[in-house]
Order: sequence, then C-alpha cells, then structure tokens
Amino acid sequence: MKGEGKKYWLDKPGSVDKVYWALCTLCAALFLADALYEKHPHYAVEEWFGFYALFGFVFSVGLVLAARELRRFLMRKEDYYDD
Amino acid sequence: MTIEQFSPGLILVIGALFVPLLNGYLRSAYMLLLPLLCGWQMLQLAPGEYETFELFDYTLVMLRVDKLSLVFGYIFTIASFLSVIYALHMKDTVQQVAGMAYAGAAICAVFAGDLISLFVFWELTAITSVFLIWAVRTERAFRTGMRYLVIQVGSGVLLLSGALLIVSETGSITFGHIGIDSLGGKLILVSFGIKAAFPLLHNWLQDAYPEATVTGTVFLSSFTTKLAIYALARGFPGTEMLIWVGATMTAFPIFFAVIENDLRRVLAYSLNNQLGFMVVGIGIGTELALNGAASHAFAHILYKSLLFMSMGAVLFRTGTVNGSELGGLYKSMPWSTGFCIIGAASISGFPLFSGFVTKSMILTAAADEGHWITWTILLFASAGVFHHSGIKIPYFAFFAHDSGKRVKEAPINMLVAMGLTSFLCIFIGVYPDMLYAILPYPVNYVPYTAAHVITMLQLLAFAALAFAVLNRYGFYPPELRSTNLDTDWIYRRLIPRTVSSFVKSLAEARNELRRWRTAALMYLLDRVFHYHGPRGVLARTWAISGAALWVMVLLGGYLLVYYL
Repeated sequence: MKGEGKKYWLDKPGSVDKVYWALCTLCAALFLADALYEKHPHYAVEEWFGFYALFGFVFSVGLVLAARELRRFLMRKEDYYDD
Repeated sequence: MTIEQFSPGLILVIGALFVPLLNGYLRSAYMLLLPLLCGWQMLQLAPGEYETFELFDYTLVMLRVDKLSLVFGYIFTIASFLSVIYALHMKDTVQQVAGMAYAGAAICAVFAGDLISLFVFWELTAITSVFLIWAVRTERAFRTGMRYLVIQVGSGVLLLSGALLIVSETGSITFGHIGIDSLGGKLILVSFGIKAAFPLLHNWLQDAYPEATVTGTVFLSSFTTKLAIYALARGFPGTEMLIWVGATMTAFPIFFAVIENDLRRVLAYSLNNQLGFMVVGIGIGTELALNGAASHAFAHILYKSLLFMSMGAVLFRTGTVNGSELGGLYKSMPWSTGFCIIGAASISGFPLFSGFVTKSMILTAAADEGHWITWTILLFASAGVFHHSGIKIPYFAFFAHDSGKRVKEAPINMLVAMGLTSFLCIFIGVYPDMLYAILPYPVNYVPYTAAHVITMLQLLAFAALAFAVLNRYGFYPPELRSTNLDTDWIYRRLIPRTVSSFVKSLAEARNELRRWRTAALMYLLDRVFHYHGPRGVLARTWAISGAALWVMVLLGGYLLVYYL
C-alpha cells in the first residue's frame, strides 16, 4: 500500500496555517491587481474596485450559511427512505 | 445506402450486440475499436441528410448532418471511448453491452432528422442506461432503476404525444425549430425538460446517478442530459422562458450540493447546475450564446466525466464516497487526486482550463443582451460551483482530516482514462480555437483578456478564501451521514404515504360496512328465529279447534268484503 510510514508536509504542524496565509496573500495580491488592467464593464458595478473579489467572498459565505440553515428543514436520517 | 451514409451511432448499437461473443483481451480490443470506428465514420460525414426511409406518408431521416449535430456527435464519441477505457478492468457483460448501446443510441439521437427517429433513440437511451443502475444488483438499485426508468420512458411518451400533435397540425415530422406556441411544442419542451433536469423535474438525476455502478455513472453523466441540451438547442433556441429556467437551475442545486454527503450526489447536483448554464445560453439564443451552450456541453462532458471517474476510483478502492468517511486519500491515491483537481479546476473555470473558455461565452452573451439579473445569478453560480465541485469534492475526498484509509491507487486503465480526459480539459483551456472551430456559428470571442483572467481569478480566489475562513473558524457545515429531502420526497414519501393512508381508510370503510351488514343480518336472523324458531309463535302446533276458529274468522271476513 502506498502512503504508509511516509512523512507528508501537510501533516506537519503549522503547514495548514501556511497554506491559509498563502491563500490570504494571494487574495490580497489579486485584490490590488484590480488597479492593473483596463476594464470593459457591461454594468456599472463592475467598475467598483475589487467587485469580483467582494462578490465572490460575500456570496460564497452567504451560500454556505444559507445551506447550513437549509439542513434544519431538509436533513433526515441516512436510512430515511429505507423503512 | 453507402457506407458514407451509415449513421455512426449504429456502429456502437449494433456492435454492442457482439460483445458477449468475445472474451478476454479480444473483447477489450473490440470495445475500444467500436468508438474509434464510430469517430472515423463521423469524420467522413459531409453536411446533408441521408438514410431516409418512407414510412406511410412521412419521411424518416436517420442521419442529418450539420454543425450542431456534429459537435455533439464528436464529444459523445470521445466520451464513449474514454468511458470504455475507464471500464476496461470490469468484466460485467451486462454493463459492457448496455454502456456501449447507450452511447450509440445517444449518438444516433443527435443525428436523427425527424421526431419519430428521435423518439426511438430517446427511448433506447432510457432502456439501455437503466441496466447501468441495475447492474449494482441490490434491491435498492433495482428500486432506484425502476424510478429512473418510469421517468425516462415518461419523457419519451411526452415526446411522442407532442410529435403526433405537431404532425397532425403541420403534416411534417422534421425535427427543426419547434417553439412553444402549440400544445405539441409545449409537450415536447416538457419531455426535453425532464431529461435536461429542469427545476422540479430534476430529481431523477440526483436520485439515480449516484446509485449506478462505479463505471456506469461515468457513462450516465455524459449522454442523457446533454442529449436533452442538444434537443433544446435544436428545437427551442431563443425561447425566453429558458433563460429563467436555466438561471434557476444554476442556482438552487448548489445549496443542496454544499450539504450533501455522498460525493457522487454532490457531483450530480453540480451537473444539474452546469446544465443550467447551457439552458440559459439556449434561452438567450444569440449566436454567441448558442456557441457558448454547445461548447460548454463539450467541455462539461469531459470535466464532469473526469470528476465522476475520480470519485468512482475512490468508491472502487475504499467502498464509499461519503465525505464523512473519507479524507487524507492523497497519500495513497496521488494520481487520482491530481486528476480530480484538474477536473475541479476545469469545472470552476480557472484560466487555462476548459470551463474558462466556454462558460464565459454564456455569461458574456447574457450581459450583452442586458439580462443583468441572469448575469448576477450566473456569477453567483460560478462562485458556488467552485465551492462544491472545485473545493468540496477534492478537499473532503483527498484532504480534510485523515480518515486513516490506506488503499491502492486506482487501476491503470482508470488512470489512463483520467489522464487522457485531464489532457483534453487542459488542451481545450489552452487552445480553445480547436473547439471554437467546430461550433455551430463562427466565433469571434476572445477568452484570454487581462480583464477576464484577473476578474475570474479574483472571483475564485475569494470564494476559496471564504471556504478557508469558514472552515478555519468552524462555520463550515461538517459532512454528516444523512439524506437530504428533495423533490423525490414527493414520489418516494408523500404519494406512497397518501396512497397507503387512502387505501387504509378504504379498508376501514369496507370493514365498517361489513360490520353493519353482519349486524343487520344477525338482527334479521334473530327476528326470524323469534317467530319461526322452535318456540316461535308461528312454529307452534295449533289445536284443530283453534284452526277451525281461524278458518271461520277468514270466511267471515271474506263474506264481509263480498257484501261491501
């Protein structure tokens, strides 16, 4: 079997934090990159600084939190249909 | 009929019948050869109509070749080839025959030039594909297959009814633009809508696909729904209603996908969401939008197969695809992990991957035509699809907390299939012009502009950041063993329960009637016994004198009546 006894970088303490902060840095860089290109907007909102970044973040958080609440109504036991 | 005019799909349909006659490597080689022959035959086809038959007063066109049918024909052939490679390790003859005939039927359907031929192959895809579910050979799979079959055949019946109405109105069975003005057109739209998994007609997809075999789901994911997309693009382009239908389809399944535990079911929800983009494109109906729908179907078949392949490999090796039981598999299945990430990047539309160059055509078309609400929903759905397909699938299967499962890497044929599919996903992303060249209309769309690349990266990176933040601070809903209610609840729970309680109350009413009848009968018997029983007044032995008295009374009465 593969993967037995081998040490993995992701298993080291702190590695996940590094990934997290790398992502944060990337996001910051992309946010600032909004100043670097010429916009060809269809709609006025696209001219806001970092519109796509904010949109992606806000709606993703909204999606997950809304879906979490949906569980209250939709979630049943795994064998719900079996009985 | 010359060989140039032979419908390429028939090579697979007829070829499938001979699969059981061969064994071992010969059978494998034969099964690989069939899609290649089919593809070679397709490349010989020049636009036009061939293979026409006269049936009563109507002309059946088995082979109508134009750019729209070709682009779907090409991708179906590629998908059948890749699916066959993925399934090479599998020795189940039923699945091999069913999968091959199913792919062939779908290819025949996209080349069908009239509604009757379309109906025949439409139903053939239903009948052949159900065996990919039944091949699991459990009671649960049997029931799921039956539900799937009833709905699929029902879609065919609607198609036939609509076709007959159209024939009686117009006198023509040609499958061209249909429109929703006539009743026949409406019936056909619903028929297509069932197979395309329109909202509220969708749930057969999430019900059935995750219950099929490891390799069966890969076949299933490619054909049925995209056949419906083709049919919609042919019959209903520019139907405004479809914009709203499609936008709804892109948005609502992603909520279900976030909380679903079965990762193949998550993919079925995201399949539904991707179909929504195509339906929006068809609804907008401009050249750019229809090109977008066709190219997105092409790209989608590849990355969705790839994702189902990687989850199939996980199921094959670990015996489960529940997110709650997986995690850490990157250690033992590194190649599958890599291929899954390529599929995830493609569906999410990362630059240099296939989704980036196709989905954006539909978004641009929506914005061009001023559908700003639709555009906003599509943008939301783009972020959402990254969330559940781009991050959730690879994260919970291969990373997350280590489940401790240590398995073998996927079989070599699966890896080859995933590798080839990954290559195509990246190839389309890097050289979109090859795909653009085979689209129904000329393309003057440029996907790689600084604005497009940066805005898409921003959208995706911040969606990823949202996931990371929510996960880090414990707001992300954990994977739980559960069933989530969807519209299948109506026919799996509400209707059976209603019917059974109705039957129960009928039975009670019948029992009550029976009690009344018994009681009435008992009363009657009791009275009869009272008068006629051994001691009853009418059963007594009367004395002669008494009888004579009664005779006198009678005769007296008679006289009285006589004189009156």
